[in-house]
Amino acid sequence: MKLHHAVLALSLSVMATFAVASTAAIGERQQVMKSNGAATKSIMGMLKGEAPFDLPTVQKALATYQDNTTKFVTLFPDDSKTGEKTSASPKIWDDMAGFLAANEKFKADAKAASVAIIDEATFKATMPNVLKSNCGACHEAWRIKDAQ
Amino acid sequence: MNLPARLLLVFCVFILAAGYWLTDFDAHFAFMGDGRWKATRAADPVNGKVLFSAGGCISCHASSGADDRVHLGGGKPLKTPFGTFYPPNISPDLKDGIGRWTETQFIRAIRDGTAPDGRPYYPSFPYTSYRHLSPDDAIDIFAYIRTLPPVSGKPPNHDLTFPFSIRRGVGLWKLAYLNGSVIEPEGNRSESWNRGRYLVEGVGHCAECHSPRNFAGAIIDEKRLSGGPNLEGKGTVPNITPDKTGLAAWSEADIASLLKDGFTPDFDSVGGSMAEVVRNTAELSDMDRMAMAIYLKSLPPLQGQMRSK
Repeated sequence: MKLHHAVLALSLSVMATFAVASTAAIGERQQVMKSNGAATKSIMGMLKGEAPFDLPTVQKALATYQDNTTKFVTLFPDDSKTGEKTSASPKIWDDMAGFLAANEKFKADAKAASVAIIDEATFKATMPNVLKSNCGACHEAWRIKDAQ
Repeated sequence: MNLPARLLLVFCVFILAAGYWLTDFDAHFAFMGDGRWKATRAADPVNGKVLFSAGGCISCHASSGADDRVHLGGGKPLKTPFGTFYPPNISPDLKDGIGRWTETQFIRAIRDGTAPDGRPYYPSFPYTSYRHLSPDDAIDIFAYIRTLPPVSGKPPNHDLTFPFSIRRGVGLWKLAYLNGSVIEPEGNRSESWNRGRYLVEGVGHCAECHSPRNFAGAIIDEKRLSGGPNLEGKGTVPNITPDKTGLAAWSEADIASLLKDGFTPDFDSVGGSMAEVVRNTAELSDMDRMAMAIYLKSLPPLQGQMRSK
């Protein structure tokens, strides 16, 4: 009887941990994307010529992208395919290697850009392609937005 | 043969003849004469290139596997609830493409949805929108396509489920739903608004994805541009009328900016099929993108579905 209770309690707590874990992963990856968005916002004005060029801000954004790609690889456990209004495409779990390669490409591009960008000219020459070939291309393949 | 049997036979013949006539789109507009397929001036490939970008022709007709923006060999599968479409080769190849077509045949194809051999195209080719183009604009697109490299090879036939596999039935569909006409400028509106309307409703064919469709796969007019389910798979296509579930909080500049770089005002980057659309609209001028934004913001707000962040 007691053993039964213990087993039940244990399995319930394991299930609860899993439920929490997947929910937490979805919430965390949404935060990561918000952080990417904020970083992009900080440099977009400069790219459009609406704000003065500021190298430290650009480097900070590129560092944020790199940190976020490092975090990102841990945030797609098998139990986080659905729930919490996730916009992650099921394709991620069908082709995890492809998804991780896309994440790795973003990290490598951001790293290369942080070396290449030393002034406004190099910023304007490098940055648009980093954004174009990663943000949109990744969302094209790996994200599906649905109704709330 | 007794009288009832004869009557039945006559009735059947009549029904068959009526069915034959009803599914023959050309027959319904024959009264307009061949003039409906004639341009009024020589073709301008420069304007054609702009319209080609606005129309996103390359997004469906690109050679399967190619990632450039000039090879129109077709064949990239388009999966829908009706089955899988394989867009045709529209490169200027003489054998497999449209290299031997006349201007008249091209106008007929994009405005009437009718192939040179008289067969109807499926409305996955958005001729319901292209019908708003003038024959002059149509031949401009044709002239631009003819400057692109020929690609050999024919894509596979469409793989559709019954009854959509009966191509002749599309003639009846066209009779019911292909009812647009060339968009003429409205005098009491600005030039930008008129240009935007022409791009959004005509060649840009925004409504083809951004509207819900009825059981027959036709756009529900009262809900035009208010978003709907994604016909290409999972997910929802957003409302782009200025409703609070749509673009109410967006400025014209926000919309124009999205069409240029793909970023929303929250610096989210658009995904799904819209990522490809932005590759096309990025080729347009700032003026044209702004015109589209001005037109969209002028629409009556329609309620749609909120999408997840």
